[in-house]
Formats: sequence, structure tokens, C-alpha cells
Amino acid sequence: MSVLSVKEFEKIKHPVHEELAGYEGAKFGMWLFLATELLLFGVLFAAFAIFHAKYPVEFKLAHMSLDRVMGSINTVILITSSLTVALAIDAIQRGKRNRSIWFLIATILLASGFLVVKYFEYTAKFEHNIFPGNAQQVVIDHHTHQYGPVPSQWEGKQVDKNGVNLFFSFYFVMTGIHGLHVLIGMIVLTWVLVGMIQGKYTHWYYTPVENAGLYWHLVDLIWIYLFPLFYLIQ
Amino acid sequence: MHIPTQESRGHISPTKTYIYVGIALLVLTVITVAVSYIDFGQMAINVTIALIIATIKATLVLLYFMHLKYENKLIWSFGIFYPLVLFIIMIGMIVIDVFFRVVPK
Amino acid sequence: MAHAVAHEHNHNKSYLEVGRSIWGWLTTTDHKKIGIMYLFTIMIYFAVGGISALLVRLELIAPGKTFFSPDTYNVLFTLHGAIMTFLFIVPGIPATLGNFLLPLMIGAKDVAFPRINLASYYVYLIGSLIALVTLLSPADTGWTFYAPYSMKTNGLVIWLTFGAFIMGFASIMTGFNFIVTVHRMRAPGLGWSNLPLFVWALYATAIIQLLATPVVGMNLLLLIFERVLDIGIFNPAKGGDPILFEQFFWFYSHPVVYIMILPAFGVVSEILPVFSRRPIFGYKAIAYSSLAIALVSFLVWGHHLFVSGMSDWARYIFSFLTFFVAVPTAIKIFNWLATLWRGSLEITATPMYYVLGFLFMFTIAGLTGLHLAVLSTDVYLHDTYFVVAHFHYTMQGGTVFALIAGLHYWFPKITGRMYNKKVAFWGWLVLFVGFNATFLPQFLLGLEGMPRRYFDYLPHFQTWHLVSTIGSWFNGLGYIIVLTNLLVSAFTGEKAEANPYNALSLEWQTSSPPPETNFITTPQFPESIYDYGTEGKEETTKTKKAI
Repeated sequence: MSVLSVKEFEKIKHPVHEELAGYEGAKFGMWLFLATELLLFGVLFAAFAIFHAKYPVEFKLAHMSLDRVMGSINTVILITSSLTVALAIDAIQRGKRNRSIWFLIATILLASGFLVVKYFEYTAKFEHNIFPGNAQQVVIDHHTHQYGPVPSQWEGKQVDKNGVNLFFSFYFVMTGIHGLHVLIGMIVLTWVLVGMIQGKYTHWYYTPVENAGLYWHLVDLIWIYLFPLFYLIQ
Repeated sequence: MHIPTQESRGHISPTKTYIYVGIALLVLTVITVAVSYIDFGQMAINVTIALIIATIKATLVLLYFMHLKYENKLIWSFGIFYPLVLFIIMIGMIVIDVFFRVVPK
Repeated sequence: MAHAVAHEHNHNKSYLEVGRSIWGWLTTTDHKKIGIMYLFTIMIYFAVGGISALLVRLELIAPGKTFFSPDTYNVLFTLHGAIMTFLFIVPGIPATLGNFLLPLMIGAKDVAFPRINLASYYVYLIGSLIALVTLLSPADTGWTFYAPYSMKTNGLVIWLTFGAFIMGFASIMTGFNFIVTVHRMRAPGLGWSNLPLFVWALYATAIIQLLATPVVGMNLLLLIFERVLDIGIFNPAKGGDPILFEQFFWFYSHPVVYIMILPAFGVVSEILPVFSRRPIFGYKAIAYSSLAIALVSFLVWGHHLFVSGMSDWARYIFSFLTFFVAVPTAIKIFNWLATLWRGSLEITATPMYYVLGFLFMFTIAGLTGLHLAVLSTDVYLHDTYFVVAHFHYTMQGGTVFALIAGLHYWFPKITGRMYNKKVAFWGWLVLFVGFNATFLPQFLLGLEGMPRRYFDYLPHFQTWHLVSTIGSWFNGLGYIIVLTNLLVSAFTGEKAEANPYNALSLEWQTSSPPPETNFITTPQFPESIYDYGTEGKEETTKTKKAI
């Protein structure tokens, strides 16, 4: 039977939270949480796939209303931000605190850039009378990007206005919830940045930085699938 | 006695790895956008190609940015395998429902 | 050699004696206190849900309008279902007994993420209060919120569903907290094959909590968007599919019933060997069957949609798969029976007669589930009282009875006192008779075609409805007696010793109640924690005189 020494006993009297789960435990916990996010978005992707298969003509028509350029810019922004956050973690792993701070700042700025582009995209939709649940117009000519009322026929096939409406419902809901996760990610990264500036993280303790990075990569991952499904399917 | 310690002890990839993966992701983005301008006739083909490229990108993010390449079986199981299997079951059964209903005329 | 037994005058205060102020409790990260906070909260909601149940049964005492309008009746069964499901039984055993016991049973000083544990309680609390805003103009959709009615009906549906959405996060937090705890915080030398079965059960439950909850979370969010934005995804008039709501809803809500019952099975597996003085029969089978249940529970949700309009192929596949989910549970029942066989049964021990009652009631529950798994009989029985009886036998006869059994069994550990055993017995008797009188007739009502959620009924159903309503009064009275006994005894009961039953699992090796950090000295692991009744070993053959 081992009786704890006074020093060991003092340590457990006031457990430091990292000492409970440890680095591996905290990382495992973060991955478990990421699993829930995958399933959360999985519902949306599943529903989107079902309706895409049900209304192929309408979805193809409606997607022309999305600005491929803005979508591509956002993709580049997010990929770059994934790179910068990975480099931020890489920096602190090597003890380079200042470098890490700059990379974190870059990530947060890129994230806000994403939201700015999203803002312009959404307002463009609203200006053309396209709202979640009530899409009154679509781009009818993909060369000129002219908007018009939803046609009853397109490319020789019947168009069900409901299908067009559903496309935009999915667009707003899925990019909206994704955007919310971008915002949450920004808040988490800012919290990590503050801690980094305060000197909380070192080359031998950077667990929260890494876990925040994992969350940010997930946000990027979801967009990697959102982008082609909404903007690129022809 | 083993007490989990505070120390972060992850695998440290060379910095260059992140740069290379980042460049690869950007290149793949260019490819996927370019390919989307080509009309393959059937939408299903476009969708498939787009999803394949997306999956390649996702795999790079998972393996290198998220360090999955160096993680243990538990993280692979809980983080990837179980959610993926459940997603397939969910969408699979819903497809078997929605697209095999017999609607009386 | 010596056991790590806590002495009367130990240097460490019990967890109840530290941080005694309200602020101390509200900001605690001690899993034991968090478990107790959860317990008090869910019990309050149990009372609210219970009262709504009594009112539902009261209306049904006679055909036609008795006390309430049809709309009020719809509100009553909605509140009963939603409160009992989301506010009481889903947190249920894991958040209360699980929180208290898991670290103790594995020799740890707390769970992996104690602050997240506290946060989960507040998330749950806030979610429950948001949900209860619906009382101002309550939803009448049933706890299942089927579209399109739930999209259109007046009433504060959004508050209720958003509250459920928030509470889902609490469930997820508990889920990953427990998973990491079991993987990472077992005391050195404690392998998986020596874990208490309650721990196996909590682990399997945590996996379901983690993976199933996000699906219903998103589904409820989509329902909210339907109500607010009219997005159309579930609206047939806008090209949507109302059955899609049911698909996503039951994808969670079937596994959730295993979140409810798996911990109950764990409680039974802990109590039975102690009061049979026999090792648990088939430890590995019971342990793995918990994992098997967790897996198969995700494959069968469509059996709730047999008459919804789902395709035939889906119905055949789901019916076929549903048969499999009964197998691991049956394995448990047989193993428990084998544990009892030739044991020295202490049937006068309160936890023991609760558990024996559980075996009876859960067998009924499980067998009647098979009637519903068979597609052809389910078409007839769906939405009748047969289903209502089935799930009350699983949830009340199963989970609630097991929770109460566990509260009695671990009462000395949690409070350091003993409850009044005479009152406990009479309370149980009233409860057991009352519960069975309420729900056994409902199988008959269902077979005769009495539909569920109906405010009115044909006169020939009245006899059984009358019996059921009177039964509900005894059901309620039983809970009042039992829970009052526990509450009063927590403050005034006789002091209990560290290990009143001569049990072998780790939680009994520390004082009753335990110190804040659970163990003063490293706990000793017996070779097998179910090593009861071994010849020649005095300490394993008998429970103490306390029984």
C-alpha cells in the first residue's frame, strides 16, 4: 500500500485541470467534440443530397445565382487561414512565441475577411429578393448574371419553384451555420491569442492552442465540401 | 505512479510540411474551380469529380494540418470512423426510404 | 496488506463539509457535488412531469370531457413527455449516479474535465429554463414535434425545442467527459476487464450521447427555421418532406432510449451480485453486450416510422434489424438470472427488491418491444396504448426503478447515512403495485385498439382506463413516500459506515461520505470486484448485519 507523500497529497488537494486528462486526454476530448460537429453538419449534407437528387434541374438553375468568384475567394481565405493557424501552433511548439502571435492574428484577420465576403454575398441576395424560405428571383443567364423571376422552364425541363426555394433555404442555413462556426472559431482563437500574449503558452504547454487549431481546421473542412456543392456543381 | 502531466507532447512536423500542404490545397482549389467550367454532360459526373477533389483536400487537412497521420487508433475511431459510418447509415437508409416509396397514382 | 479504510476520526473532511456555502456549491468542480445538483434538479422536474401525467390520467378517468378541453389535454401530454424525456430521464442516471460514482469506481480523483462537468450542469439548467418558457403558452405537438403540425401550431414551440437543443449540448459534454475519463483516468493497474459493469454501462451510454445528440440538435434547429423562416424542408406544400423530420428525429430518439436504459442495466449489475453473494455471471458478456447495444441502437430507428409513409424496403430492413437489438439485452437478463441462481439472496435489502422488481418489469418491457419490432403487428399496434405501456415499462419500470434502486444502494456512500428501511419497503410496495396497476391494463387497451394521445374514447374502454387512473394515484403516492424518505433520511438518518454491505468495488473503500479528493490512500484492487461468496473468505460470503 502506498501512502502519498505530503507533496503529492498537496498536489491532488488542488488538482490542476490539465493534470487530470493530460495533453492526450484534452486532445482526445477535442476530437470527440469534433465528431459531434461532423454529425451536426452531416444532417445538413444528407438533407441537401436528398433534395439535390429530387430537384436536380432546380438546384442546377439556382446555383448560378451564387457568385463563384466570391466563393473561391472565401475558399482561398479559409485555406490560408488553416495554414496560418497550423504555423501558429508550429511556432509555439518551437518556442517562438512572437511568431505564433503574428500567425494567430493573421488567422483571425483572414476569418473576419471571410465573414466580410459573406456579408456582401448575403446582401446581394437580399437585394435581389432572395431570402431563406422566399426566393423570388434567380440568375437566369449565367453569362450576364442577370436576375429575373424563376422561370417555369429551363434547359428544356420543367422548373418547380419549390425546388429553387429549397436550394436557397439550404444555402442560407448551411452557410449561415457555417458562418456561425467561423465566428465562434474567431472568438476561440482570440481567447488563445490573449493567452499567448500573456505568456501562458510555451513550447512545453500549448494544448489549448492546438485544440483551438483543430476546431479551426474543422471549420475549413466543412467549407471544403460546402464550396463545390453550392458554387461549382454544373 | 503515472499521473498525466501538463506537458504537451505532440508530434512536431517540420514547418515545411505545412507550407507544402497549404500550396497543394490552393492548387487543388484552382483545379476544382477550373474543372467546374467543363461540362461533362451529366451533372452526376461533375458532382463526383468535385467531391473527389474535395475529399483529397479534406484528407490533406486531416492528415497534416490536424495531425491525424500521427494520432492513435482511438482518435481515428471516434473522430473519423464512427461519425463516418453513422453518416453513411443515416443517409443510406433515408435514401432507401425517400427514393423507393411507391406513391399510388 | 491493509485495506484503505477510512477511520472515524480521519484528517480529511468529507466532501459535504468543504465549500458548504451556496457559492461553494454553485462554483464547485467536485463531481460528487455536481451529481447532487443534477439530482435535485432532475427530481424537481420529475415532480413537474409527474403531475402532468397525473392530470393526463385524471382526464381519462371517464370518456368525453372530464376536466380539460381537448387542447389542454394535448398540452398536458406534450409537457409530460417533453419534461420527462429532456429534463429528467436523459440526464437521468448518468448525470446523477454516474457523475458521483464514475471517478470513485475507477480510483480517480475526479472526471477528466471537471470544469466542463460544471458547465454541463449550467447548460442543462439554462436549457431547461428556456424550454419551460413554453408554459406561458404551451406547445401541443407531443414531445415528438412532428412536422408539419409543429411548424404551424400556435404555442411556444420554439422555446421548447430550442431549450431541448441547448440541453443536448449538456448531454454531449457529459458524453465526451465520461469517455475520456474511462480511457485516461483509471487508477494504475485497473484494466478494462476489471472495471465495474456500471462503468462499462456509462461508457457505452456516453458513446451514444456523443454521436446521436448532434443529429436531433440539428433537426430541432431546422424545425425552428421552419417556424421562423418558412424554409420549406419539411413542408410538403413547399416541396419538402415531413417524413424527413421523423427520420432525423428518431435517428437520435431511438438511441436515446438506450441512453436511458444502459446505465440502469449497469446499476442492476452492481447491486445483484452484492445481495446474492455470488459473482456476476458472464461478466464479459454483460460488458460487451453494453457496447453491442450501443452499436445496434443506431441501426433500428425506422421502426418508429413503420406507418409514416416510409418505403416498404426501409420498413423490411428496419424490422429485421430491430430483432437484433433485443439479443444483447436478453443476454443480460439471462446472466442476471444465472447470478441469482443458488445465491444467498438478501431479498429484504431495499436495493435488492427494487432490482428483482426491475427484472420482472423489464422482461415485460423487452418482450412487448418484440411485438412492435414485427412489422405486421406494429402496423396494428402503432399509436395505441400498447406502445405507451411498452415504453413506460422500459422507462419507469426500468430506468426510474433502477435509479431509485441505485439511490438507495449508494445512499450511505453519498450521504453518510442510512434511510428508513421500513418506510422504504412500504413506499416500494405502493409504487410497484401502483405502477403495474397503471400500465398493465394499457397493454390490453392497446390490443383492443385504444389510440394514444386521444382525449376521448369509446365507452367500452372505460374499465381499464379507470383502473389505470386509480393506479396512477398509487404510482404517484409511492414516489412521494420513497423520495420523502430519502430526502429526510439524508439529513436525519442513522450514520452509516464506509462499507455497510461488505461490497468489493472501489467506491466502498473510501469513507461514507468520501473526502473531496475521493481517496486518501491509493485504493486496493481486489482481484475481481465481483468475487462474492468465495468459500473460506469470510469477507466475501456475507453482507453485513446492517441489512
